[in-house]
Amino acid sequence: MPAKYVIHHKTAKPRFRPIGKLGIVEWREDCSGCHNCVKRDCVYRLYRDEADTLRNEVGYLDYIYQCKGCLNCIQNCTKNILTRVVNPEFRRLGDGYYTPDLILSTWYQAETGKIPVSGAGYGGPFSGPGFDSMWTDMSEIVRPTRDGIHGREYISTSVDIGRKLPHLEFENGRLMDDPPPLAETPLPVIFDRIPPHWRRGAVTSAVAMAAAEIGTLAILDEASLRESGGSLRSHAIPFITAPHAATANPAEAATLVMIPDGPDVMAVQTALKREHSAGIVAIRIPAAPGVTGRAADLARGGADVIQLAFDSHGRERGAAQPRHLRDVLRDTHTTLVREGIRDEVTLIASGGIAAAEHVAKAIICGADMVAIDVPLILALECRLCGECERGQPCPIALEEIDAGFGARRIVNLMAAWHSQLLEMLGAMGIREVRRLRGETGRCMFFEDLERDTFGRWFGKRKTDS
Amino acid sequence: MVRQEENGLVSTVPSNRHRPESRPQDASPERFEYADVSRRIRPAPPRYRNEIGKFGIHRGPQCAACGRCVDTCRHGVHVRPEGYLHVMRPYDYRCIGPGCGDTGSYCIDACPQGALKLAVNPVSETMGDCRWTPDLLLSTWAMAETGRPPGNHLESEVGASGGGFDRLRFRFPDSPPPGLSREDISTKLLLNRRGDSRPRIEIDIPWYGGGMSFGSTNLRALLGKARVAKAFNGFTCTGEGGYPERFIPYKDHVITQVATGLFGVREETIQRARIVEFKYAQGAKPGLGGHLLGDKNTPSVAAMRETVQGVSLFSPFPFHSVYSVEDHQKHLDWIAHVNPRALLSAKVSTPGDVDMVAVGIYYAGGHIVHLDGSYGGTGAAPNVAKKNIAMPIEYAIGRVHQFLVAEGIRDKITVIASGGIRTPADVAKAIAMGADGCVIGTAELVALGCIRCTACESGRGCARGIATTDDELLKMVDVEWCTQRLVNLYAAWRQMLVDLLFRLGLDSVSALRGRIDLLGHLDYENEA
Repeated sequence: MPAKYVIHHKTAKPRFRPIGKLGIVEWREDCSGCHNCVKRDCVYRLYRDEADTLRNEVGYLDYIYQCKGCLNCIQNCTKNILTRVVNPEFRRLGDGYYTPDLILSTWYQAETGKIPVSGAGYGGPFSGPGFDSMWTDMSEIVRPTRDGIHGREYISTSVDIGRKLPHLEFENGRLMDDPPPLAETPLPVIFDRIPPHWRRGAVTSAVAMAAAEIGTLAILDEASLRESGGSLRSHAIPFITAPHAATANPAEAATLVMIPDGPDVMAVQTALKREHSAGIVAIRIPAAPGVTGRAADLARGGADVIQLAFDSHGRERGAAQPRHLRDVLRDTHTTLVREGIRDEVTLIASGGIAAAEHVAKAIICGADMVAIDVPLILALECRLCGECERGQPCPIALEEIDAGFGARRIVNLMAAWHSQLLEMLGAMGIREVRRLRGETGRCMFFEDLERDTFGRWFGKRKTDS
Repeated sequence: MVRQEENGLVSTVPSNRHRPESRPQDASPERFEYADVSRRIRPAPPRYRNEIGKFGIHRGPQCAACGRCVDTCRHGVHVRPEGYLHVMRPYDYRCIGPGCGDTGSYCIDACPQGALKLAVNPVSETMGDCRWTPDLLLSTWAMAETGRPPGNHLESEVGASGGGFDRLRFRFPDSPPPGLSREDISTKLLLNRRGDSRPRIEIDIPWYGGGMSFGSTNLRALLGKARVAKAFNGFTCTGEGGYPERFIPYKDHVITQVATGLFGVREETIQRARIVEFKYAQGAKPGLGGHLLGDKNTPSVAAMRETVQGVSLFSPFPFHSVYSVEDHQKHLDWIAHVNPRALLSAKVSTPGDVDMVAVGIYYAGGHIVHLDGSYGGTGAAPNVAKKNIAMPIEYAIGRVHQFLVAEGIRDKITVIASGGIRTPADVAKAIAMGADGCVIGTAELVALGCIRCTACESGRGCARGIATTDDELLKMVDVEWCTQRLVNLYAAWRQMLVDLLFRLGLDSVSALRGRIDLLGHLDYENEA
């Protein structure tokens, strides 16, 4: 039996004081100086640690970050002068998609490499748009392993990238086809191109190093690869924008390269393959309306790998009423299935994959695997403040990050995601992620459940506003 | 707060926090042997000095101590103890807010000095979440303190999750049928419908307490749960952490749970119980096993579970002896033979085929099918499981009910719903959709002062002293207080439920079952 795929995590404390959610505000006037709040009532001893930290100046001041909001100090204050507030800086973090809670959770995972665990049930909304309208199913009785996901048996998260033959042909017992090359990643997650405003300092190196450490792949620009002198090449997918000049460039020796979609993209693919006989060529298509047709055309025309690139919120690009990745992927997947060519091509979904659950859900909708970018930057403590896009200095000095430290944080995040993927696969009773692709039977969709339950009782759902 | 000493001197009694531990630790069961637990409502004031309310009242320095506010307020906000010159700091958590202005008992207007100021308490706005809104937390606290329905200033029926229970509303007839009186309305719930040789157990209220294990939750809180179960002729459940000795006086009201870890499952604990529950899965972490982090595995917990102290305990999933409905039947047969008088319950989560699972439980010999929806739970669970796996209970109830009806066995099995039941209105909605009754968990913990900070699992456990095994933290509550808070909560819930049934014109809670015609959904045209 092969060794289990494990991503080792090691704590990587943040460089900057993270933004916490809750803070305790105190009005100094009227304080009786009893110090109950400091000495007695914080069961987490944060106030005491604060004093120590101030005296000794070790590391960042983590007391606000770590306030768990238990209200003990507030409710026991002799003079009732303490109050709890939500940190306004926390509220400003991110946007409607990358919510403050999601960012904090990503930071936690990047720091510890552990699955976020909490008590007291789920406190979020009943459902929501996009991925939030999907519930993965579980199996009451059947489980993939007899001794659970922490046991000896194996739940595989490996996926193949590349063209596959629809069938094998033999003549006189001899295989007539030459199977096309396949690349394998142990995780259905690869690292997407980092948007230019984040490509600072050692960020690209950190991403490539993390990919190499966990055995997955990172899509890197030719420029980044050249600058690195080829040291990042082992786990890179070169993104080639000028294929005609590709001969003496990093595409050389790469088993897998990526090109943007274009009118003569199949010709480019053929040319690249001729020059690199073992190569797999991936084609990146911006997911605009009509992308399903385009993907089907390419698949019919012999494309190996297709990346559907959605915007950072997982929506179609350039549409008045953009659909979510969830629906576009399901369309594309079923179209390819109907045409009988789904198994021949690899589909990568990117854009809007913000949490571990999204990986499983995108695969259920029909992707083979996903590519991520924003979570990688979040792992490096980014606050999505957008200052860099406006040309302003970065509040966390992203350009000064150490490549090894950055890689550590990304590896930790992937370790946490991998563990969560195992939890979900385990609950679903599925023992390898390849079998999850398009497996909508292991998922329940909000609109179906509503229609089958409330629709039967209460008639038509009012048009969603 | 003030006590007249024998020698005539007035002295202040030390506040609760400073009271030396007057009783020996939980070691001696006899000391806590209560023959009777009363259903009587008694005030159970909050255990913190500054209880949190929706509003805050600030008394400025202009106060002339005239006492007008004390005379005016009918909600106990302003208090001046006998013999005192000054009015005490306002108990502003009792304040019902600006709506009080119309009632003639509005202190703000009454104060001749203009010394009082009313504002929304900023802390209350930071509490809770979509499912348990600040108003739901505060109204549960109010019920636990007073034993009465909370005032209208709090939204005590629905949360803000934007779906399910929170969008369902009852459709009341114009007037209740003549001759119906509240006293005649029955809230009894029959648990054995099979008509077999086993006891026909009936409980007085259509809900009972959910399983929380010794190890996850403070024993004092668990005892409070057991005692309120006795008071209301209901049940609570051991959870999977074993059967503490101190439950024995309440054994007729404690369900023994058999979970995959089999912690504390022995012949005597099975023979002791009137109901034995198999936990196949739980809503908070469907498809995953129980999970007790090492920090909470103290020596007493380890002894009870027969494990090593400090080790994280993962219960496997599923039962390794059950991979089919036939296996499940063998399982039930095992318990049925060990205890020939016990009812058999199976707690399952809510996968897409939950209706088939329910039918399987019936044919295997179960009396109760307990559906645990995905949005509830009190235990520690990966966030990814809590949010995403299995369906919310609102969908599962109707599916199971209708499937059992179609199979012709609906009246042979009791369907219990749990996982997100927060209010008596939720109970009623679940029953109207087809359940017979409910199991509650979080609501009980909230009554004991839980603020849903969700840090139950980490380190020493709950900072509020509820879900902890830490020697110091568990002293934050005592058994009597826990019992009284829960008795008050149950009494208030029952009163609200009876009131709801009255307004619906129904004479019993069992008449509500499956009455989907009495419900409407705010997001639908409601013309089925």
